[in-house]
Amino acid sequence: MSDTTTPRGDWPLYEVFVRGKRGLNHVHVGSLHAADDRMALTHARDLYTRRNEGVSIWVVRSDLITASTREERDPFFDPSADKVYRHPTFYDIPDDVPHI
Amino acid sequence: MSDDHVYLSLAQGPDAGADEGDARWAFGTGFEDPLHGVDTAVPAGLDTAALAARCLALADDALVSAQRLTEWTTRAPELEEEVALANIALDLLGQARLLYARCGQTDGTGRGEDAYAYFRDAADFRNVRLAELPNGDFAFTIVRLLVLSSWRLAELQRLTASPDPVLAAVAAKGIKELAYHRQYAAEWALRLGDGTEESHRRMRAALDAVAPYLDELFAACDVREEVTAVLAQVTEAAGLPPLEGAALPGAGREGTHTAHLAPLLAELQSVARAHPEAAW
Repeated sequence: MSDTTTPRGDWPLYEVFVRGKRGLNHVHVGSLHAADDRMALTHARDLYTRRNEGVSIWVVRSDLITASTREERDPFFDPSADKVYRHPTFYDIPDDVPHI
Repeated sequence: MSDDHVYLSLAQGPDAGADEGDARWAFGTGFEDPLHGVDTAVPAGLDTAALAARCLALADDALVSAQRLTEWTTRAPELEEEVALANIALDLLGQARLLYARCGQTDGTGRGEDAYAYFRDAADFRNVRLAELPNGDFAFTIVRLLVLSSWRLAELQRLTASPDPVLAAVAAKGIKELAYHRQYAAEWALRLGDGTEESHRRMRAALDAVAPYLDELFAACDVREEVTAVLAQVTEAAGLPPLEGAALPGAGREGTHTAHLAPLLAELQSVARAHPEAAW
């Protein structure tokens, strides 16, 4: 899925994000090959929303995404592992505040 | 990706419970029966013979087109295109099923959809001949799809005002599907027409091959002007000549077919005919 180094033909790889019917945000659902942005969008529609999953699609060329690397994992993410107080679990959330 | 699911279900709050499935992209929800709330009783005073004939013709176009598009499965130039073409085929198959069912309710025979799809011979089919021609290359498939979807879209748009509520509902469902089919075909027509020398050459050959079958599309429903304008817009943008040529005599609507329909039906119908009472 993240193999951007072996293009198939000349079509670049795109990442697909779909916002579900009830979802709040676009979620990464997979990738596909397309010759241009427009084709990527229609391919995404045909491959990833054919079971009525989505109401909005984003596509972006995989090589335009800047991603953290495996080597960075420890310095990036471990420091937050012991800071449980950053979770808002010590507060009472009112019933009428949605999506928290 | 599993992290995303967790995030999303958290985002839904602890009460998500019953809605949990809805929050996941992989589980589509909100499916609709296209005939939900539609009165399927045949309205009094309607010319049922004409209605049945119309439904049958539209259903046959859809079934034969779907079968041709399905032939691209495992043979398309790209996996993504294969799924795209199969999706279009499934849209058309869905339309065909509803239309055959309506035909059975209105032609006095009470037949089910399978009887129409599997137990009629080529001479009994009323699809236009353009639908039954072999797929040819990808360019031909695209040109044919562009023509048939532009034409069917125009027809269905008019049929949303049909006095028969079922046909009107099928048309209303169909126009959204057809709008996508036309868009898909038009985008490919632009890429190929305005692409390489080879793709341009193939598109021109496909236009020449489709042109003789254009005239018969406009016999039953006069949408010629509208459809011609759409096609001219696409061909012009794609740097292609307009779609024109001498019409081939005969009409699929009257049961005159090319030699290509019978083998298509033989494959389509083989399992159902070998096991007539089978259920699957």
